[in-house]
Amino acid sequence: MSLSREQIAQRVAQEFNDGDYVNLGIGIPTLAANYVPADIEVMLQSENGLLGMGPYPTKASVDADMINAGKETVTAATGAAIFSSAESFAMIRGGHVDVTVLGAFEVDQNGNIASYMIPGKLVKGMGGAMDLVAGADNIIITMTHANKHGESKLLTQCTLPLTGVSCITKVITDLAYMEIENGEFVLKERAPGVSVEEIRSKTAGQLRVDGDIPEMNFV
Amino acid sequence: MAGFDKVVSSYQEAMAGLQDNMTVIAGGFGLCGIPEGLIAEIKNKGTKGLTVVSNNCGIDGFGLGILLEDKQIKKMVSSYVGENALFEKQLLNGELEVELTPQGTLAEKMRAGGAGIPAFYTATGYGTPVGEGKESREFNGRQYILEESITGEFAIVKAWKADRYGNCIYRHTAQNFNPMAATAGKITVVEVEEIVEPGELSPTEIQTPGIYVDRVILGQFEKRIEKITTSD
Repeated sequence: MSLSREQIAQRVAQEFNDGDYVNLGIGIPTLAANYVPADIEVMLQSENGLLGMGPYPTKASVDADMINAGKETVTAATGAAIFSSAESFAMIRGGHVDVTVLGAFEVDQNGNIASYMIPGKLVKGMGGAMDLVAGADNIIITMTHANKHGESKLLTQCTLPLTGVSCITKVITDLAYMEIENGEFVLKERAPGVSVEEIRSKTAGQLRVDGDIPEMNFV
Repeated sequence: MAGFDKVVSSYQEAMAGLQDNMTVIAGGFGLCGIPEGLIAEIKNKGTKGLTVVSNNCGIDGFGLGILLEDKQIKKMVSSYVGENALFEKQLLNGELEVELTPQGTLAEKMRAGGAGIPAFYTATGYGTPVGEGKESREFNGRQYILEESITGEFAIVKAWKADRYGNCIYRHTAQNFNPMAATAGKITVVEVEEIVEPGELSPTEIQTPGIYVDRVILGQFEKRIEKITTSD
């Protein structure tokens, strides 16, 4: 069975280490905050200028001056810091954020990512995605393995305009966890009940399969 | 006004000198921390052909979105637009030009502009449509593109409190692009929730020193929220 959005988020959270500063993109990445293992602490960075993002506020404590990068009302966690956009992107561009989790339209076997622009459709903009992929060493991409027409989003070469080049090393989809190494996708884990054959058939880029591939482990 | 007193008493005074075809740098992230009254004054003034540098362009009927209603904006320099239908329509009609700029690059363009740095190298956008036609250079085995900084004839800023000398502090995430915008305007106008006397703000808490600020006006803010998300 392919993973639900929540399960993808749950698998993402297993990649967090104690003491990590983490930036979560909009959508599935944001859900990962709900699955941080109980025995570790991570601090969430929101690129509009908040390090130490807390949960949503209660109705009574909603504050228009306290939002996240998705423009949602949030709270500041204990020990949070608030700063300007330039400071925020200094920490992103300077490589100080340990883990970045983002969605994408396409990823290719050379670690290129396309995530903001579909030619012929209205382009709304890249927001902070280009800065995030250029600045982080440890980027996890979450997406469905194939689009709704069944076409692979894991390609030999991205077809859409790029958000960043040679920057992606980890991809977690509804079917698999893969790393990108030396110009190929390396299959590390399968979603429970999903076969290597199915993953292979839905991966257009070069896929390396070394030995038995374990299933993902959900507690 | 005398000495370092920057306080003005009317919006007309606050935006005096703004003319057609000028560049206006605006603070704010979405609808958070936007100079609502200064934007309204630009609408009232009817200034046209503006280039507006701001992370977003508000929404239909609020924020910078209201400047689209009378086609006052010629060009937007932003990282993310499209929260408003009118923006989309004018863009598709060719009535409005947009220069999409990565958010961190946009913040740095303002910061550098205000700091007298004409351009800077960044890895952001290399190998993407943003890097097309820009100079690139390798440093330590990695490719970077040259991005030019931005200054404007005007900067419009929203701060929480300012003293009469223009020293400003911001409230929570309403800070966002405001401190950089404040440095990058030839004339910087700050709209605040509270004006205090010099000395009331601790020198160590000042986030924008008054040297960057030309005019301060006491505003009233609706503070509309784009997405109210709650835990209960």
